[in-house]
Amino acid sequence: MDKKAIVPIGPFHPLLEEPEFFKFTVEGETVVDASVRIGWNHRGIEKLAESKTYDQDIFLVERICGICSTSHPFAFVQAAEDISGIEVPERALYIRSIIGDLERIHSHLLWVGLAGHFIGYNTVFMWAWKCREPVLDIFEKISGNRNHYGMFKVGGVRRDIKESDIPGLIKAIDGVEEFCSMLVKAVMDDPVIGARTKGIGILKKEDAIAMGVLGPVARASGVAIDVRKDYPYAAYDKVPWERIVLKNGDVFDKTAVRLLECLESAKIIRACLKQMPKGPIDAEVREVGVGEGIGQHEAPRGECIHYVLSNTSNYPERHKIRAPSFMNVASFKKTVIGQQIADAALITAAVDPCYCCTERMAVVDPETDKVLMTGDDLVRLCQEKTEKMKGTKGLRG
Amino acid sequence: MNIVDEIKNKYGDRVEVREKSKRRVFVNAAQPDTKELVSWLFRDLAARFSIITGIDVRIGVELIYHMSFDAQGTLVSVRTQVPKPELAMPTLTDVIPGANWIEREIHEMLGVNFIGHPGLTRLLLPDDWPEGEYPYRKKTYGSEQENAEREESD
Repeated sequence: MDKKAIVPIGPFHPLLEEPEFFKFTVEGETVVDASVRIGWNHRGIEKLAESKTYDQDIFLVERICGICSTSHPFAFVQAAEDISGIEVPERALYIRSIIGDLERIHSHLLWVGLAGHFIGYNTVFMWAWKCREPVLDIFEKISGNRNHYGMFKVGGVRRDIKESDIPGLIKAIDGVEEFCSMLVKAVMDDPVIGARTKGIGILKKEDAIAMGVLGPVARASGVAIDVRKDYPYAAYDKVPWERIVLKNGDVFDKTAVRLLECLESAKIIRACLKQMPKGPIDAEVREVGVGEGIGQHEAPRGECIHYVLSNTSNYPERHKIRAPSFMNVASFKKTVIGQQIADAALITAAVDPCYCCTERMAVVDPETDKVLMTGDDLVRLCQEKTEKMKGTKGLRG
Repeated sequence: MNIVDEIKNKYGDRVEVREKSKRRVFVNAAQPDTKELVSWLFRDLAARFSIITGIDVRIGVELIYHMSFDAQGTLVSVRTQVPKPELAMPTLTDVIPGANWIEREIHEMLGVNFIGHPGLTRLLLPDDWPEGEYPYRKKTYGSEQENAEREESD
């Protein structure tokens, strides 16, 4: 007898921080089929980037994602520099690595906290986010912002790290590392977390390769890829650190990879702060040149890749963005089928999906399929409304 | 043997190889060769499928298959042109399942038909988005026929 039920999750659900719609077909408690619908967060950023200058695009791509806000500018400036081989001063390379890896720590801790919350273990959530707070303080000290740091520019970075700040920053990183080590031990030795995550949502190595998954998801399945080691850039080949590769591919290993990477990132940041040479922080860039360039950066979720085609103007002719979640989310079908429905949410969350990255406006009449309004019309409407309010509410004074 | 030599040995004059730097290699291939070339890079040379970039070049759509050789630190980008108006390209999903989503994205954004794709439905655009409206196409003025005539007279 065929008794299947469909369990819809989303698009708006308290568990998921961003809109996505999963449809799980279940037989009893077991998931037998799954599908996903995304698109609620699509903002057409690739197209928008073609109408903005290279300097403006850095700020635009920084706003693709709120959590890993520096990954996209990191990849984009490298793509622009790749077009005609712009040399970046050494001090800027170190500062880039510091920013990139600080972000990795705070992004991984954010995920560990949420994963703890998903399995109803709010102590982990409190700890991880408490540990994340000093990382944001370090960002504030360096860039003036807790998120959206605005540090990148083609040819270098926008702000220097003051020599007088460095001892304080090293002390702060030591503190973060100590707290992280405690958290790593606490999470990895905890029998409840082990029982909920070990052997669940396994992504096999061959599936990981076939689906092209990236970052911690790939490394947890034994695929040893990390752009920081494979295509050394910034200061990642100048400081000692290890790439973390595990082999089981279950939710536990995905958690472990992220936690252990936090400790490696702390090592990178400390070494960069100590070794950083004095000198200029940006090269003078007159134009990015004509041609095409590709920039890669190991974002917290995996390889972020930008392709930029440059013509003779100040705007990119084509700007292709591929965020790591685009590849990682698509692997959910391999991991979720055959699992218990109670674990499905945790498994789909284990890839650390980031929908604003995966999806990057016109008003359309559904009856006639005609485009009724363009972006300009919407702006005009918005301005008209302001004008009307001025008239009725006495805003003119 | 390095990857550039392997490609040159196997494909010879049928492809045009440009080594921009040690890390960036661009290969121009004819449309019929592309799928076989990319599949060969993936299966036999163990390249990682990174992504496909689609670019509207007015007379067609240019597809760039980015294949990453992580152990060597080389990104090979295989470029091909798919002519309008058919815009037909064999799908890669039977060889690389990870190409599923990006082919759906290129299909809805640029209108390329990936022949043999298991489910070429919308990925990102809303369900009520008009048919035949491709947001990532470049702006053209006038009808397609007028443009074709203008191209010819140019």
